[in-house]
Amino acid sequence: MNNGKRSIFLLSTLSFGLAFLYVPMIMLIIYSFNKSKIVAIWGGFSTKWYAVLFDSPEVWEAVALSFKIATVNACFATLLGTLAGLALVRFGRFKGRTLFSGMISAPLVMPEVITGLSLLLLFITLKEFIGWPDERGFTTITIAHITFSMAYVAVIIQSRLAGMVQDLEEAAQDLGAKPLRVLIDITLPLLAPGMVAGWLLAFTLSLDDLIIASFVTGPEAVTLPILIYSRIRLGLRPDINALATIIILVVAIGVLIAGYIMLRQQRQRELDLSMVAEEK
Amino acid sequence: MVNAAEYEDRPWLDPEAEPFIKVQSVSKQFGDFTAVDSVDLEIYKGELFCLLGGSGCGKSTLLRMLAGFETPSSGSILIDGVNMNDVPPYERPVNMMFQSYALFPHMSVEKNVGYGLRRDGVAVSEIEQRVQEMLAMVELSQFAKRKPHQLSGGQKQRVALARALVKQPKVLLLDEPLGALDKRLREQTQYELMNIQEQLGVTFVVVTHDQEEAMTLSTRIAVMDTGRFQQIGTPTEIYEFPNSRLVANFIGNANMFEGRVVENGQDHVIVESRHPECNFYVDHGMSIAEGSKVWVALRPEKVMISKQQTADGNTNTVKGMVHDIGYLGGTSTYRVKVGDEHLVEITSPNQLRPKDGNPPIDWDEEVYLSWEPSSSVVLVK
Repeated sequence: MNNGKRSIFLLSTLSFGLAFLYVPMIMLIIYSFNKSKIVAIWGGFSTKWYAVLFDSPEVWEAVALSFKIATVNACFATLLGTLAGLALVRFGRFKGRTLFSGMISAPLVMPEVITGLSLLLLFITLKEFIGWPDERGFTTITIAHITFSMAYVAVIIQSRLAGMVQDLEEAAQDLGAKPLRVLIDITLPLLAPGMVAGWLLAFTLSLDDLIIASFVTGPEAVTLPILIYSRIRLGLRPDINALATIIILVVAIGVLIAGYIMLRQQRQRELDLSMVAEEK
Repeated sequence: MVNAAEYEDRPWLDPEAEPFIKVQSVSKQFGDFTAVDSVDLEIYKGELFCLLGGSGCGKSTLLRMLAGFETPSSGSILIDGVNMNDVPPYERPVNMMFQSYALFPHMSVEKNVGYGLRRDGVAVSEIEQRVQEMLAMVELSQFAKRKPHQLSGGQKQRVALARALVKQPKVLLLDEPLGALDKRLREQTQYELMNIQEQLGVTFVVVTHDQEEAMTLSTRIAVMDTGRFQQIGTPTEIYEFPNSRLVANFIGNANMFEGRVVENGQDHVIVESRHPECNFYVDHGMSIAEGSKVWVALRPEKVMISKQQTADGNTNTVKGMVHDIGYLGGTSTYRVKVGDEHLVEITSPNQLRPKDGNPPIDWDEEVYLSWEPSSSVVLVK
């Protein structure tokens, strides 16, 4: 009896939690098929807003720009973040290590408004003194994104390295590998999952960012978040719902694929373990 | 006149033999902490040498200095006559087997074993052949394509051994080689390790905290404590003739008696003990000034226990009361109360089955303990 009560309680908690998370999104998806031009009033089923969306080149330009920035950002952030993480964990107590490790995590806690503002000031000053960047846009947004997302990558790499036994690197050295060789043969392959995670995180952070991008962008460069935000300020239009639905779909597919891969790896590991156990 | 064969198994006794590894007054400090304190050590070719000690005694630091992962703060290490102080780990003629095995998780067994050869630029066909030979030796040929996480603990240990041996190092360093195995596997692997060492003739330096492991494996043992060697010798020497209370207690069990030398004879000393009241007549050669304070160590298996008085007086015999009996099947351990509180441990083989004419020794029975003049050891520190 007690058990039955508890399961009812658990079930209702679960459904409430899930509803809290997903009802807004479901609403959005439903309203993306709204015929009416007024967002909040249901006027019948229609896919016309998708047609409108596919006909608006500025939306696709924004999507392309956002993806371009996110990709370049993710690559550079992963490279720099990995180097920073390596330096912090592996090179022992060099001078200024504490300062450096404190500074690497500062962007994580710094309000985005401040990061955006200070980068804007930097770009303006730079332009005055060395004439670069002559125009704010793709380059400045990318640089701005790299500065904060590399901090996230560094933290991921740091924790992955700290969990990795140093024995492996020493064993490689012991077997005749010079330090650079150890990095290529052992450290980087073992860091790969962390680097992939860091890359994905940097990519997502960049794709998501509105505040820093609006500070350092110029009139020409409109990223997807900036576009959506400005559209909303002009008044909601259902084609934004359609765009949001497509984004949700893409993300959902991505999550499903990742989940499937992880599940398969998990199964394989369990299989391996049971194989070893049987042989004993 | 020196007979080479005479020293074949005991090169450290040969005055003309040249040590293969020379550790010359090596110290290692980490900040204020001295891990290794000015030690000297000579290890000969083909030895299976054990560094034995509790955790934090400096044995692992010394091993890591031999491998090149730590540099001595002072002193020098010579291997085969070459000073190793400035030689990085990847250029040393030694290989190490790590306590964690440190198998590369992203490489198959054969790639793991062949890694060292690939780094040395050995031809692919030769690598293949040598890896196969090594895997055959450790009986893992059928697992060549597996990844480390698909192996059991014992298999991993053998892969680690094969990987460290495939480069035919001059010295193999082993850090707690059997530490991660369960007891049964450990005993079996112990003998495998000895066979492989004998077969290949490689000099082994083993670090362990397990005294039984050290006793079975090694030609010689160095007992380490607080960064220094307490005693270096063969397992027999260290067990039968410990040079300090620390060594006597660390290797096996020992009953320790405090006393005073009352007679310092030509071929014996007599030590008088107050607790319990008895005299120790020790007949092996040592000369200690009369009146000095000493300790006498007596191994539990060297004491005879009997219900009948076997000797008169109180020299090398003492009367007591059985306090505890531990029946272990093959042997029994008795803890006998001697005097007011002193407990003496005795291990005695259960040769006869208890029957009428041979009643077993029971709790709270009065017994007589006795030992041979050669059984006890006098320790001055």
